[in-house]
Amino acid sequence: MPLLAIAALAAGTYAFRLAGPVFRNRLRIPGRVQHLLSAATAVLLTALVATAALTQGHGFTGWARPAGVLVGGALAARRTPFPVVVVAAAATTAALRLSGIP
Amino acid sequence: MRSLWRTLDHGVLRDIALVCLADAIVGASFGAITVSGGLPPWVPIAMSVLVFAGGAQFAAAGVVLAGGSPAAAVLAGLILNARLLPYGFTVADAVGGRWWTRLPGAHLITDESVAFTLRQHERPRRRVTFWTCGLALFGCWNAAVVLGAAAGTVMRDTGAFGLDTVFPAVLLALVLPALADRGTRHAALLGAVIAVAATPFLPAGLPVLLALAGLVLAGQPAVTMADTNPALEVR
Repeated sequence: MPLLAIAALAAGTYAFRLAGPVFRNRLRIPGRVQHLLSAATAVLLTALVATAALTQGHGFTGWARPAGVLVGGALAARRTPFPVVVVAAAATTAALRLSGIP
Repeated sequence: MRSLWRTLDHGVLRDIALVCLADAIVGASFGAITVSGGLPPWVPIAMSVLVFAGGAQFAAAGVVLAGGSPAAAVLAGLILNARLLPYGFTVADAVGGRWWTRLPGAHLITDESVAFTLRQHERPRRRVTFWTCGLALFGCWNAAVVLGAAAGTVMRDTGAFGLDTVFPAVLLALVLPALADRGTRHAALLGAVIAVAATPFLPAGLPVLLALAGLVLAGQPAVTMADTNPALEVR
């Protein structure tokens, strides 16, 4: 990850953040665009969840990681506190790997 | 200052502390995974201070660690962070009106700080909540990434601790409330299938961007942004 790439990501991110506080009184984002932005966020996040949970490089990662993610997701759906979700997900994966499931 | 603190009740402070703890675990995993994956420790630390957005950091570093190009990594991170644009409009009043509060305050806009701010309705409370949550998260997150990066230099196998599960699990917890909206859910599921199916064939980073094709199923806005936005229902 070259410094230039980090700087570009940081600058773009900061611009997204600063626009609201600076332009709030001068322009409004139309409802349609807002809906599309939040839908796009959900789509990207879900795709990241799926690829991060299931794949490693160009192939399948093994069952331990998706199983841990599922446990975390089930706990989150029951409104379990965040730290418990994170620890339970990692512990599930670690336990499965300890018992020989990759 | 004392009276400002008193405007925040214990419930809010406890919730902020819980989110800081969870984010610290995520930050430590980020530091450990990136460094044990082969990146020098300054990379995760610089990203955390300068970008300060967990999802984009994991996404960008993931692309690079999987052998993708830096350009694809930046693009994936930026598209993910585009959601910060509407957030900025939502919490602009809590950030403050002077340039010396706007410039540092804007950097503290995150899923978490926006979610907490939206639960408050009077302006002084919104301000204190935003700044308390934002500053606490900035401190915890970066301290945790430094510790994680240090651990990553000696840790051979972060997988044995299940650290690779932390990132997708946290993202899933964040995005779940947004999937209650039918159109969004269909778009997200189609996108996820596309991304996974494309992974064996495309360079790292591109499959996730390809998932945006799922947006054809997103439909019209049926509910307000406060209902569909993942961050606003965090935890």
